[in-house]
Amino acid sequence: MREVSEQGDPTNPGGQGSQNVERGRLAGGAADSPSTASTQLLSQTGARPPILSVREATKAFGAVHALEGVSIDLYAGEVHALVGENGAGKSTLVKIFGGVHQPDSGELVDADGHALVLTGPADAREAGIAIIFQEPTLFPDLSVAENVFIGRQPRRSGGRIDHRAMRRQARALFERLGVPLDPDRPARGLSIAEQQIVEIGKALSFDAKVVVMDEPTAALSATEVARLFGVVQSLRDHGAAVLFISHRLEEVFAICQRVTVLRDGRRVLSQLLGELTAGDLVRAMVGRDIAARERTQHDAGAAVLRVAELQRAGIFKDISFDVRAGEIVALAGLVGAGRSEVARAAFGIDVYDSGRVLVGERALHKGRPIDAMRAGVAFVPEDRRQQGLVMDMSIIDNISLASLRRLSRHGLLIPSVERSFASDWAARLQVKYGNIANPATSLSGGNQQKVVLAKWLSREPAVIIVDEPTRGIDVATKAEVHRLLVELSRSGVAVLMISSELPEVLAVADRILVMREGRLVAEFARANASEERIMAAATGQADVPVALESSPA
Amino acid sequence: MSAAREPEAEPSEPESQRRLVDVVLRARTFGIIVVLGVLVLITALIQSRFVGGGEVRFILSQTALYALVAVGEAMVILTRNVDLSVGSVVGLSAYVSANMFGTHPGIPIVLVFLVGLGVGLGCGVITGAITAIGRVPSLVVTLAMLYIIRGVDTIIVGSGVVLASTEPNSFLNIPTATIFGLPDLALAVAVVVAIAAYYLNSYRSGRDLYAIGSDPDAARRAGIPVAKRVFTAFVISGGLAGLGGVVWASQYATIESTAASGLELQIIASVVVGGVAIFGGSGSVVGAALGALLLQTINSALNVIGVSSIWTEAISGLLLITAITLDRGIQLRVAAALRRRRVRLGA
Repeated sequence: MREVSEQGDPTNPGGQGSQNVERGRLAGGAADSPSTASTQLLSQTGARPPILSVREATKAFGAVHALEGVSIDLYAGEVHALVGENGAGKSTLVKIFGGVHQPDSGELVDADGHALVLTGPADAREAGIAIIFQEPTLFPDLSVAENVFIGRQPRRSGGRIDHRAMRRQARALFERLGVPLDPDRPARGLSIAEQQIVEIGKALSFDAKVVVMDEPTAALSATEVARLFGVVQSLRDHGAAVLFISHRLEEVFAICQRVTVLRDGRRVLSQLLGELTAGDLVRAMVGRDIAARERTQHDAGAAVLRVAELQRAGIFKDISFDVRAGEIVALAGLVGAGRSEVARAAFGIDVYDSGRVLVGERALHKGRPIDAMRAGVAFVPEDRRQQGLVMDMSIIDNISLASLRRLSRHGLLIPSVERSFASDWAARLQVKYGNIANPATSLSGGNQQKVVLAKWLSREPAVIIVDEPTRGIDVATKAEVHRLLVELSRSGVAVLMISSELPEVLAVADRILVMREGRLVAEFARANASEERIMAAATGQADVPVALESSPA
Repeated sequence: MSAAREPEAEPSEPESQRRLVDVVLRARTFGIIVVLGVLVLITALIQSRFVGGGEVRFILSQTALYALVAVGEAMVILTRNVDLSVGSVVGLSAYVSANMFGTHPGIPIVLVFLVGLGVGLGCGVITGAITAIGRVPSLVVTLAMLYIIRGVDTIIVGSGVVLASTEPNSFLNIPTATIFGLPDLALAVAVVVAIAAYYLNSYRSGRDLYAIGSDPDAARRAGIPVAKRVFTAFVISGGLAGLGGVVWASQYATIESTAASGLELQIIASVVVGGVAIFGGSGSVVGAALGALLLQTINSALNVIGVSSIWTEAISGLLLITAITLDRGIQLRVAAALRRRRVRLGA
């Protein structure tokens, strides 16, 4: 899909970027052809200039391109949806709006066509832009009213704070939002939904013209979502431009008028929602080249890891699946669907309310990782820097850390034994290091990940659980990690992989389980899986057929 | 003390609900007053001399110094920092200011107070700059400053001492001077406490200190000039400790290089017993002053009853643990109450 975007961008320099409708190859055959969509947008924008635009924004973090030439136009009185897979660049775009990041190239443009330079959150507020984060951070010790007005409290003579006016104004704000929040109570103990309302109140109090909401509904209950929608509509009716980010497409269709789809840091689509179906959006979100699937089918052995009716209140429910020897099973789904939580519970890091985890015939004690390790389970966590490695320890120490008992003689560790053990495993995984005695911080992200893998593979596990094994590592190392996982499974290891990257899931997994909101909602055999079907199941879209397909069990 | 809260009280406002934030704060302050009352009552029953005018005046006069320094310390702790250097600042200021009488005979007492204030402000500026601008944890910076200032003090003092004979009687009489039967010092410090309380409540920059202590990152994001505010808090703390040094000099008359050693811990104890959260964000200077009063009253009470002074420190420590444990309990209960409130009001 890279080619499509690259063709699109240069033909639309500067302000014309907004009219450029790039569509994924897969979306080409959908209801609207790109040209008609363009003309409709053209007439729309001709009548009304956008209140705020991002033009051709590019942002890279090291080697990772978070955004590449992304343009987006926000209009007064309109709710604009921003959708895309995990890692598509939505959060980076939000942070550019919020003044947290400055684009490497490209610019923000206000209603009069002037470039806006935001060097910090205060600048963004000054420019009338408010960001509502998924989980806002308020001052727990201060009252709700003070949280709204902090630093801008109404004052009376002598610069003193007019507490009464502040309270009155706060109350008026919450009345306007239709939410009965007591301005005098401390923010401590507010629910996330209420904290968002306080943030929205803050946005109203400084007359924000643009309100950016970063996945505001992710942590809300159905009633809270309904209330939030009322608030969003009231914002829109008062002439604000709202940028609404959500993974839930039904929400997008419920309250948004326009949509922009990001994929791999590029804009693939930006148009009015009335012209689109949920299927169009799903295709636009995932429609990249289907990763090469050169793997041949091979037979899996007996079930090694068995998870039965695992349940934890409010986190996940009714989770049952097997992973067989020589098989790679992927847990797919959106961030927050409960995938990592299931893996952590199965390994014993977190407790669960009910259910069983078996390795072979052996039932694992819940909440005891050491028991899982003794049963031959290895766990490669999501966050390698925080959970997978001791960053300041040497590569040797990191690799041997999980095998110390085996490496010790009469309770003593012999450095030379440790060293040869570590260099042996480092060589097997082709870890590229300067000196094996250097700390783990000296390695690149991909090589750090290989060290984590080496640490666990050196225990020769029967089951290995890997959580986002290739997050933030470069393409070449990614391919190596994939090859490694495949080799492992060939050697008879049962692999459970959590990944948010669909091409990776499709390239590596024999079987794909999809989770949504704490439940297993679909299962695809490798032959039946496609990005569209997985995405549809993960977002809960009915128009793309979702069947709970039986695996060749 | 009550004067400080009056601007807050708004009986005209037709709201049935009291400000919950205030209710909790008042309950905390009320708690100290109750403990104080019980303590005084029991001690008086054992030894009636304890409630005599002389003893009360002595306690108030003693408390003045502690309360004065505790106000500054409270402002620093509110911002989730700590100032361990106040004891050394008091010591240095005490020597430098009292020494003025020897080097400049006939110097006006007001000028001596200004010299003490200057010494304290100078120390505060250095500490504040390193902490706020250099972004070094205040625990480390002020621990270093504790030793550095004490070292400077020792070098200046050398083997000498300021003796009472060099100081004018008008200076040495300050601790015992009274208006309407109350010590001048106590009244002056009450005014300082009232001004500080009013400032913290009614000025944006004052509220900022609470916001910073409550969540430093959120404060930064909200555009609060965190470094500037923290710097100011340290300068105020230093300045008040400097004034405290002059008060110390007037009370003890003989000043050696070890003057006020270890004072910082008693000050921090006062602040925490007075209900200022050790990790910042909540509490009041009125509470801190009351905390100082409570600790001094305990000292005196034990002394009056005839308990060895060895015990008073242990009992202060016990009180500190009790206060913190109690606070934690109250905090959990309040949090639970707030969640219930949410269920009622929300959704």
